[in-house]
Amino acid sequence: MQHLLIYAPAFPEMLLAVAAMLLLMLGAFSEDNDHNGAFIGWLSIAFMIGAATIIALQPPATQTLFNGSFVVDQFSRFLKLLILGGTAVAMLLSFDFLRQKGLMKFEYPILMLLACVGMMMMVSANDLIALYLGVELQSLALYVLAAMNRDNVRSSEAGLKYFVLGALSSGMLLYGASLIYGFTGSTSFLEIANVAQAAPPSENIGLIFGLVFLLVGLAFKISAVPFHMWTPDVYQGAPTPVTAFFAAAPKMAAMGLLLRVLGGAFPGLEQQWQQIIWFISIASMLLGAFAAIGQNNIKRLMAYSSIGHIGFALVGLAAGTTEGAQGVLVYLLIYLVMTLGTFACILAMQRGDEMIEDIDQLAGLAQNNLLLAFTLAMLMFSLAGIPPLAGFWAKVYVFWPAVQAGLYPLAVIGVIASVIGAYYYLRIVKIMFFDEPQEKFVPVSANLAIVMGAALIFIFAFAIPQLGGPIVAAAEAAANSLRL
Amino acid sequence: MEIGLGHYLTVAACLFTLGIFGIFLNRKNVIVILMSVELMLLAVNINLVAFSFYLQDLTGQVFALFVLTVAAAEAAIGLAIIVVYFRNRGSIDVDQINMMKG
Repeated sequence: MQHLLIYAPAFPEMLLAVAAMLLLMLGAFSEDNDHNGAFIGWLSIAFMIGAATIIALQPPATQTLFNGSFVVDQFSRFLKLLILGGTAVAMLLSFDFLRQKGLMKFEYPILMLLACVGMMMMVSANDLIALYLGVELQSLALYVLAAMNRDNVRSSEAGLKYFVLGALSSGMLLYGASLIYGFTGSTSFLEIANVAQAAPPSENIGLIFGLVFLLVGLAFKISAVPFHMWTPDVYQGAPTPVTAFFAAAPKMAAMGLLLRVLGGAFPGLEQQWQQIIWFISIASMLLGAFAAIGQNNIKRLMAYSSIGHIGFALVGLAAGTTEGAQGVLVYLLIYLVMTLGTFACILAMQRGDEMIEDIDQLAGLAQNNLLLAFTLAMLMFSLAGIPPLAGFWAKVYVFWPAVQAGLYPLAVIGVIASVIGAYYYLRIVKIMFFDEPQEKFVPVSANLAIVMGAALIFIFAFAIPQLGGPIVAAAEAAANSLRL
Repeated sequence: MEIGLGHYLTVAACLFTLGIFGIFLNRKNVIVILMSVELMLLAVNINLVAFSFYLQDLTGQVFALFVLTVAAAEAAIGLAIIVVYFRNRGSIDVDQINMMKG
């Protein structure tokens, strides 16, 4: 027993990995029907709650495992809780949709669990090999999830596009990793950091080359411009609950990994990576603001919105300070809640058995279902960053460190981009409240209503110090455990 | 002439570039994309093994083994997705993967 306790920091991952295997057996040896699929889905949520409980009960110390390749600190715990929360809520959102489409297979929750383990590995990775394995475990499960609705042309096309571009990005990431290994002689982030700090950047050209490739690979995963081209197609084509999952959890994991790599392995090359982050941040914010204007498909619009939000989150990273990292974490948490709430609303857009994705079909929703229209409107205000909603505070927490670090152009462009972006969020509100009403949607199911209600309460309540304070404090503790 | 680390790195860089161009310039068949991805991963493996030998450090070879395993899993999933796609569309021409645009 004593030997096993050494692995205590990795218990959450182990629990989920073993749970995935158990559920796979359960699914394979039981009858393949809706009922069993849903049962396994609920069990998977229970296991995720169990893993989250273990994480919450862990002491706040920094622990490393497996020769330092796996690190568990406040930073990784914070992000793991976000990832588990995002995955569990995405699972909750899936039940009704999957049952209607005849997709309630037991593989679905198991793939979610495996992707979740991969993401948790990513935020705990402290070594290039662990990083790669985490990224791949996550990506491989996500490719399959995108193509889950296998009789649908769009879904399989989304899966194919995601696979091709994901494989390309993994290749880039891996090439970068091989160069970094070659020029530092180690795959451990600590060793890489030592080499990066030992010599001036001008003598570390090979390492900088590797860093650039690695950043390209990671930029694909967070869908930052100019590596965003897969996002709109995959978001549109994948089944809607899967899109909700894509918009939520993998973004958290990839951003966490980016923070960990840049803070943990490349503190000596700040000048170099800050330029890159600076550029992709501005490009993402502007593209997110402009490209979404002409969209009529709400899932596509959310894809461009997510590109823009990643740009905003990167502003905090570009500052390169602990406050900046704290801002990124707060931003990720608030974005997670907003995006899950919005997707709950999108899943409620349904007439008969048909899912509605066109924005003009929302016309006059306020007269048919005021509560749904109000919730979606508030989420749109929050995504646009209108005070006093949570989305506004998220932007404050990333722009303020950027201003303090003297990155005025970045902050100014960010504010301009969020003003332009507000146009398309407000357009949805205008369509819902002031246009001629369309046919009614079906009544909102209980699962969706719970998520919507929770998101709505959160975006209003974040401004209250009793709720926002502990969250910001937790993000601060997480950022402090990261060496940035 | 002595064959050194630089030569191995050059070969790997050439293969890697070929892989990337294979993905972007190929307009015909998705299987070719799968082959290009494989080429990129093998280029990385050459890099890793060459570095591992010149650094006299085994980590690189362990990394290469992991890459090989993951590449096999990736190819399996890629082919499965291509089969699903082919069943829906009756073709795997790259030009025709354009249901969604904008």
